[in-house]
Amino acid sequence: MDGFPILSLMMAVPMAGAIACLFAGASTARWIALLATLADLVLGIILWINFDQAGSAAQWQFQEYAPIFGRFAWALGIDGIALMLIALTVFLMPICIGASWVAINKRVGEYMAAFLFMEVLMIGVFTAQDLYLFYIMFEAGLIPMYLIIGIWGGAERIYASYKFFLYTLLGSVLMLIAMMWMVHEAGTTEIPALMAYNFNPHVQTWLFLAFFASFAVKMPMWPVHTWLPDAHVQAPTAGSVILAGVLLKMGGYGFIRFSLPMFPEASAQLAPLVWGLSMVAVVYTSLVALVQSDMKKLIAYSSVAHMAIVTVGLFAFNQSGIEGAMMVMLGHGLVSGALFLCVGVIYDRLHTREINRYGGLSINMPKYAVLFMLFTMASVGLPGTSNFVGEFLSLMGIYQASSWVALVCTTGIILGAAYMLYLYRRICYGEQVNADAAAMPDLSVREIALLAPIAAAVLWMGVYPESFLAPMRSDIRALEARLAPAAPAGDSKIKIGAPKPAGEDHHEESAAHGEAHS
Amino acid sequence: MIDHASLLAVLPELILTAGGLVLMLVAAWGGDASSRVVNLLSVLTLALAGMALSTSLANGPDAFDGLVRADAFSAFAKALIYGAAAAAILLAPRYFSTDGKERPEYPVLILFSSIGMGMMVSAGDLLTLYVGLEMQSLAAYVLASFMRQDVRSSEAGLKYFVLGSLASGILLYGASLLYGFTGTTSFDGIAIAMDDGVSKGELFGMVFLLAGLAFKMSAVPFHMWTPDVYEGAPTPVTTFFGSAPKVAAVALAVRVAVEALGPAGLDWQQIVIFVALASILLGAVAAIGQTNIKRLMAYSSINNVGFALIGLAAGTPAGVAATMSYMAIYVVMTVGAFACILQMRDAQGRPVESIASLAGLSQSRKGLAAALAIFMFSMAGIPPLFGFWAKFLVFDAAVAAGMTALAAFGIAASVIGAFYYLKIIKTMYFDEPAAAYEAKGGAVENIILTACAVVIVLGYLLNPLLDQASAAAAASLF
Repeated sequence: MDGFPILSLMMAVPMAGAIACLFAGASTARWIALLATLADLVLGIILWINFDQAGSAAQWQFQEYAPIFGRFAWALGIDGIALMLIALTVFLMPICIGASWVAINKRVGEYMAAFLFMEVLMIGVFTAQDLYLFYIMFEAGLIPMYLIIGIWGGAERIYASYKFFLYTLLGSVLMLIAMMWMVHEAGTTEIPALMAYNFNPHVQTWLFLAFFASFAVKMPMWPVHTWLPDAHVQAPTAGSVILAGVLLKMGGYGFIRFSLPMFPEASAQLAPLVWGLSMVAVVYTSLVALVQSDMKKLIAYSSVAHMAIVTVGLFAFNQSGIEGAMMVMLGHGLVSGALFLCVGVIYDRLHTREINRYGGLSINMPKYAVLFMLFTMASVGLPGTSNFVGEFLSLMGIYQASSWVALVCTTGIILGAAYMLYLYRRICYGEQVNADAAAMPDLSVREIALLAPIAAAVLWMGVYPESFLAPMRSDIRALEARLAPAAPAGDSKIKIGAPKPAGEDHHEESAAHGEAHS
Repeated sequence: MIDHASLLAVLPELILTAGGLVLMLVAAWGGDASSRVVNLLSVLTLALAGMALSTSLANGPDAFDGLVRADAFSAFAKALIYGAAAAAILLAPRYFSTDGKERPEYPVLILFSSIGMGMMVSAGDLLTLYVGLEMQSLAAYVLASFMRQDVRSSEAGLKYFVLGSLASGILLYGASLLYGFTGTTSFDGIAIAMDDGVSKGELFGMVFLLAGLAFKMSAVPFHMWTPDVYEGAPTPVTTFFGSAPKVAAVALAVRVAVEALGPAGLDWQQIVIFVALASILLGAVAAIGQTNIKRLMAYSSINNVGFALIGLAAGTPAGVAATMSYMAIYVVMTVGAFACILQMRDAQGRPVESIASLAGLSQSRKGLAAALAIFMFSMAGIPPLFGFWAKFLVFDAAVAAGMTALAAFGIAASVIGAFYYLKIIKTMYFDEPAAAYEAKGGAVENIILTACAVVIVLGYLLNPLLDQASAAAAASLF
C-alpha cells in the first residue's frame, strides 16, 4: 500500500459518482450511487486491513501531501481514531442510499449527488491533516445537508434547513479566527505539528472557547442543541441517518483531534463547564425525550443525551473515558442510524411519525419488531450490544475524574431505558387500535438488507469490542499522555488493590497506575 | 519634453484612448447597425490594452515625474478592470436587443470609463486621481441613464450625477486642504510632509478625501445611491458598476491610504475599520428585506466592499494583498451572478427582476439555478467555494496584524449576510415553481457564466498564482 493514495481515491470515487448522478436519470442515478458507495466500502475495508495496528506503528498512516493550494496543502493521513470514523461513514453510506431507494422519487439525481458529495466531505473531515483543509471540509458539509433537508424534507423543512445552516455556520466561523491565530503563532498548518505545540495557557482558554463554539453546536451539547430535533424531524430518513450517524461525530472528533491535544490546560480548566452542560443534557434531554409524541424527535433528543455521555468521557482525561467516548460515538452512529431507519420503515407505510398512530406492530410485523427490539436494547445500553461497552467505559473514566458527574450521568442510562422501552411498548406492543397500522406488511427484503448489517455490527461491537478498540488504543494512549500534565485531580481517589496472585513488581506498578489518576 | 519611457508606461491608456476615439467615429457614422462590430472591436481594444500592461510595467514605476505610477499594483487592478469591462460589453447586446435598439455608444462609453479607471489606479498625484475619477464618473453617469426613455434609468443617472458631484466636491475639498497644509499634490510629497506628525488641517483633508473615496466605493455611510442606481440602470450597466469601478475605487483608496497617507496610518485605520464594519452590517441587514434582485446585489456589493476593506484596515502588505485578492474573486463572482441575472427573462424574453420569479428555477433551468446557487454560496463565504478564500484572506491579514476582535466581529456579521444569499437558493430550490423563464440563455451569457462558475469551484488551484500576483502588487506600494 506504500505510496498509493487510497485516501484520495476514497474521496474521488464518490465525487465522480456525484457528478455522474447530476446528469443521470432517476434509476441510473440510484445504481451509480449504490455502486460508488459500495466501492468506497470495499476501499474502506482494504484501508482497515492495511492499517498497522501494532503499538509500535507510526501514529499517522497513509499520509499524502501535495502543496497545491498555496497557503495550505492537500495533506491527508489517518490514525486509528480517524480510521474508525471513516469505517463508520463508508458502512452507513450504502445503507443510506438503500433507504432512499423508493422513498425518494423526485429529483433523484440531485439527491444522490448531494449524498455522495456529503460522503466526500465526511471522509475529508476525518482524513485532513491540514488545519485549513479540515475547516473547508468541515464547513462545506453545510451545503449538501442544507439542500437535503430543504428539498426533500418534511412540511417545516425550510425553517429547519435555515436553522441548521445558520446555527452551525455561526459556531464555525469563530473557530476559523482561532485557527488563523494558531497558524500565525505556531507557523504551520499541519495538524500533527499543532497537536504537539504548546500554546500559552492564557490564550488557550480563548482558543478553546472558539473551537468549543463550533464543536458544541455540531455535537450538539445543551443548550445549543435546538437545531438538531428540527433538522432530524424534517430531514428525509437517510438524511437523519447520516446526520445522527456521522455528522454529529464530527463534533466529538473535533474535541479529540483539536480541543484536547492542542489546548490541554484550557480543557482541564474548562472541564467543569463541559461536565455541567453534559449533566444537564443527560437528565434534561432524557426527560424531554420521555414526553415526545413524535418518534423522530424522541430519537433526536436521545441523541443529545448520548452525545453528552461522549463529552463526559472525553473530558475524563483518561484512557478508559476517551476510549468509551469513541465507542459511544461508533455505537450511537450505528444504533441511532438504525433507529431512524426503523422509523423510516413505518413512516413509508403510514406517512406519520405520531407514536399514537401505531401500536401492536409485533402482531403484524414480527420481523420488524425483533430488529426494532434489538436496536432499542442497544440504545438503552444492554450488555452484549455496542452502546454498553462505550457507556460503561465512559462512565468508568469519568468516575475517576469526578464521582458526582458519574452519578448524574449514570441516571441517563436509567432514563434512557425508560423512554426507549416506553417508545417500544407504544409502537410494538398493546392492542392494535389503528386498523391501518395493523394492516401494514412486514419488512421487505430490501429493508431487511438495510437493517441486518447494522444489527450484526451492533452485536459484534458488543461482544468483541477489541476489534474496534485495538486500532485506537495507541492513539488514545498518546492523547492521554499529552493530557496527563494538565488533567484535573479526580475526587474518587481510586486505589487499585493488589491482585492476589501477582508478584511484588506488579503490585507497585498497579499502585503507581492508581496514583496517576488520583 | 516627454520621454519615451513615460509614454510606454501609459501604453494601455493610449491604446484605449485611440481605440475609443476611433470607435466613436465608427459609431457616429455607422449608426446602430455598427454596434456588433463596435462591441467586438472594443473588447479587442481592451484585450490589447491588457497585453500592453507588461510593457507598461517594464517602463514603470514612475512616469511623467511621478504623476502616474505603472507598478505591479496598478497592473493587477487594471487587469481586473479590463476583464470586467470586457465582460460588461459582451453581456450587453442580448439585453439591449430586446427593445430593438443596440447602441454602439455603450461599448465606447465603457472604454472611456476604463481609461479613467486606469488613471485612478495608477495615480501618483491628487490631480491625476481627480482627473481619472471624473473621467470614469462622467462616463458612468451617462451609462446609468443609458435607456433614456425609461424613467427608472434616467432617475438613476440623475441621482448618480447629483450625489456623485457632491462626493467629487467633498473629495476636491479634501485634496485642496491636503495641498494647502502639505504644499504638494504628489502622494510621495504628502507622505513626506506628514512624516513629522499629522496636523489638524491634514487630518481634515484626509477625512474629506476618504469620504469622497468611500462614496465611489459605495461604502457606508456614503452608500445611499447604490441600490437606486443599481436598480434603475440597465442590467449590463449594473454588471459594470458592480465590478470594474468597484475595483478601481478600492484600489485607489488603498493606494492613497498607503502611499500618500501612510504616516497617518493610525488615524485612517480607525476610519477604515468603522467604514468596513458598518458596510458589512448594513449591507447584510438591509439586504434581507429586498425583493428585487438588483437591489439585493447592490446591498451585497456594499457588504463585500466592507469585507475587502478589512484587509486595508490591517494596514500591512499582507492586508493589501488580501484586499486585492478579494476584489479579484469578487469580480468573478459578481460578473457570474449578473450573467445569471441577465438570463432572468420571462417567456416573451422581457427581463424580470423580482426574486420571487426565481421560484423553482432548479426544476426548469437546472444549470442556471446551479450556477446562481454556486455564486450565492460563494458570496456567503461558504467553503469549498472560492468566495470563502476571499474572506479568509482578509480576516487572516487582520488576525496577523493583531486585530483579532475586528476579525471575530466581521466574520460573525458574515453569518447575517449568509441569510439573504440562502434566501435566493431557497427560492430556487425549495419553492414550488413560478412561471418559467425563457427556455434557453444566450451563448455568450452561458460561456461567461460557466467560466466564472468553474473559477469559483476550482479556484483553490489558482491560489499560488493569486498569492504571487497580489503579493507583488502589495509590495509595490510599501
